[in-house]
Amino acid sequence: MTARPADIATYNFAYLDEQTKRMIRRAILKGIAIPGYQVPFASREMPMPYGWGTGGVQVTASIIGPEDVLKVIDQGADDTTNAVSIRAFFKKVANVAVTTETAKATIIQTRHRIPEHPLTAGQVLVYQVPIPEPLRFLEPRETETRKMHALEEYGLMHVKLYEDIARHGRIATTYAYPVKVEGRYVMDPSPTPKFDNPKMHRSPALQLFGAGREKRIYALPPFTDVVSLDFEDHPFEVQTFDQPCALCAAENVYLDEVILDDHGGHMFVCSDTDHCEKRREQGHRGHLAPETPPALEKTEPAQ
Amino acid sequence: MYVAVKGGEAAIANAHALLADRRRGDRSVPALRLDQIVEQLALGVDRVMSEGSLYDRELAALAIVQARGDMIEAIFLVRAYRTTLPRFGYTRAIDTGAMLVERRVSATYKDLPGGQLLGPTFDYTHRLLDPELAAGGDVAEPLQRASETEAMPRVSAILAREGLIEPDGDMPQDHVPGDITREPLEFPMARDIRLQALSRGDEGFLLALGYSTQRGYARNHPFVGEVRIGEVELELDMPELPFAVPLGTARVTECQMVNQFKGSAKAPPQFTRGYGLVFGQSERKAMAMALCDRALRATEFGEDVVAAAQDEEFVISHSDNVQATGFVEHLKLPHYVDFQAELDLVRRMRAEHDARENGGKMEEKREAAE
Amino acid sequence: MDIATQAIEGGFVDPVFDAQTVFRAVMDAMARPGTLQPLPVFARPPAPLSTTAGAIALALCDNDTPLWLDLVLQAPAAIKSWLGFHTGAPLANTPADAHFALIATPAEMMALDGFSQGTQDYPDRSTTLILQVSDLVSGAPLLLEGPGIETTATIAPAQMPRHFVEQWKQNNQRFPRGVDIILATPEGVACLPRTTRIKTMEA
Repeated sequence: MTARPADIATYNFAYLDEQTKRMIRRAILKGIAIPGYQVPFASREMPMPYGWGTGGVQVTASIIGPEDVLKVIDQGADDTTNAVSIRAFFKKVANVAVTTETAKATIIQTRHRIPEHPLTAGQVLVYQVPIPEPLRFLEPRETETRKMHALEEYGLMHVKLYEDIARHGRIATTYAYPVKVEGRYVMDPSPTPKFDNPKMHRSPALQLFGAGREKRIYALPPFTDVVSLDFEDHPFEVQTFDQPCALCAAENVYLDEVILDDHGGHMFVCSDTDHCEKRREQGHRGHLAPETPPALEKTEPAQ
Repeated sequence: MYVAVKGGEAAIANAHALLADRRRGDRSVPALRLDQIVEQLALGVDRVMSEGSLYDRELAALAIVQARGDMIEAIFLVRAYRTTLPRFGYTRAIDTGAMLVERRVSATYKDLPGGQLLGPTFDYTHRLLDPELAAGGDVAEPLQRASETEAMPRVSAILAREGLIEPDGDMPQDHVPGDITREPLEFPMARDIRLQALSRGDEGFLLALGYSTQRGYARNHPFVGEVRIGEVELELDMPELPFAVPLGTARVTECQMVNQFKGSAKAPPQFTRGYGLVFGQSERKAMAMALCDRALRATEFGEDVVAAAQDEEFVISHSDNVQATGFVEHLKLPHYVDFQAELDLVRRMRAEHDARENGGKMEEKREAAE
Repeated sequence: MDIATQAIEGGFVDPVFDAQTVFRAVMDAMARPGTLQPLPVFARPPAPLSTTAGAIALALCDNDTPLWLDLVLQAPAAIKSWLGFHTGAPLANTPADAHFALIATPAEMMALDGFSQGTQDYPDRSTTLILQVSDLVSGAPLLLEGPGIETTATIAPAQMPRHFVEQWKQNNQRFPRGVDIILATPEGVACLPRTTRIKTMEA
């Protein structure tokens, strides 16, 4: 018995076999037809670990075609290691064009952010979701939460949010902030900061959510009502930042805090790296920006 | 001035190169061959086949060497490969009663038809490190007798003759066995589905849960009716052919646990069963599985669900080590966007808190001055 | 051509990419109800199964999805063997067991509530109806609104089921249960997911 590299299996376009793609595609169609409802699907083991975007990867692999242009972000950035790794995976198994430019992408797979640049009709935003069940931290049992969704019984969620207010004087949920979809299903927006919640509401893009380990797919068709849960006396509000981006001077965007030294020096920069680079190319400069804007290859065609 | 760190792709490539280097280790040491692993680390190979749910020794050996001996990583490699394989069909249920047995022990009878067969077991070895192994010395050929001509009925069948044990689990007439690799799990689940999940569940997790039942967390009075290890025939029905096609054999370990049960309004007093079946040779896993299976049947017998091992959603949702390791380890991925949101909230709440405290202190001072 | 030949011919030329293209058209149609997503001819099934409906079946059906055929499609053995050969999908015993239903003559079809509606716990376990229609302009106009539609959309599919508007209203009322409809025209696909509401057209 010897090693036989030549015999090692070749993989299908976009890695998944066709039967698996069909199964996922059927789940996606049901998800679109029942916005916010979590469709169970027979999630497969993927060549990256559960919890590292296998749900998003399976959704992307099931919808992607040779004409697509793919963008992958993690924490809003195209160059975080896991985004780089997933992008490289699709370059390898689907040989598609990839880009960092939000406007040029047809499919954007994301973890934890929605791009700042408004999405347009025809784009698909694919979210990687760790825990798709918004009620899970209040009720760990699937048998119970399924009943709650069936009966539209969401009192527990309101109780939780109200306890926050009683204890902290405000709703102390800053990310994965629950939303109600078309007045029916309470949905987890994935662990995006609540700053991004308003971008989901009536977005012209199709939004697909894949949770690989938990085996759920859900969706928001374009122009779907997505309302963050709140109370009349404690309306939903997003984070604001006291200062603009130190590199591109953008305001009203989500910022990352970067620690500069160990004496408390820090700065705030755009979490959306493409948005920041675009603005700097256009001549916007923050107070800590270098002289010349970065010149980067943004799109790589399919080979 | 600040320049963001770039070059994730190069960093990843370099990390992979370093990993490959460390995997190979000292180049003056001969590289492991897969047949060495298959032959000499056979139980590790068996575990990877069992929890990887793919019966292929060579691929399991490749996974072990590629994973540098990290068993869960090796299981993961095998799973990610098997999931891409097309499904040609489902074999007939294997008949462990017709197993070509290499080891068979029963704790419930001193002797029984077919006898007790110790087989290749660690059980009565004295756990003394053997320096001769390190020297790679020759090993004598074992003594083996011709295969048994006497039938080796399963202990469950012996007890069943007196009607003292519940029959093999039944499924409704039109029940099509489920497939956890093809359908999403749904709770509560049928026992066929549950057993599949347990069979590929993490050995350590099931061991701990099984152990917990022995220590009183849902004690179920287990006796090892029988553990048997050996080769079983696999046969596939083809629509075009009037007979089943033999595909070959597989080595499996089966454990039939005999457990006490007092009887109910519907059932006379009889023993109940817990069942374990895994690929390859792994008694520990098969026995732990049988303990868990029995504990998970609590509701079926009207027993109170009081312990973790009886809680189906808890056990099955957390038994898969590939899922568990992925989600635990994903915590090392960047989470700075969400952390920023929390940081902002804590800072604001802290500022309000400090303002209240200071306000309160000023109030006190004013009162003191008055 | 004998049935065996008919069964084998007319499938996808390039199964991987053809299936992806057909699926994307259906996905976009489902996400944007009332829009026509154009599709070239990918499949040539035996008549009267249409090229578009046949392509959708090839893209979405397999041995996990029991199929229901209306009377017109049940009649020719060639259709059953074509679908069987190319998809492996079993025929559903009753409409309520079907994951997909292929309907060649929607005007004569049984009531929508005869198909699987899913359950309150699992509303996804409902039948998706694939209706063959000749066009989206010559029937009674339907003014659509709901998720996927920015304001309103109008289509006028031909040969729609009897009392469709009333039936669809009932389908809406069953939400989250209910059926979804894929309209297969010779030019492409349009969809009516269960969330789409039909506003009565003012005269």
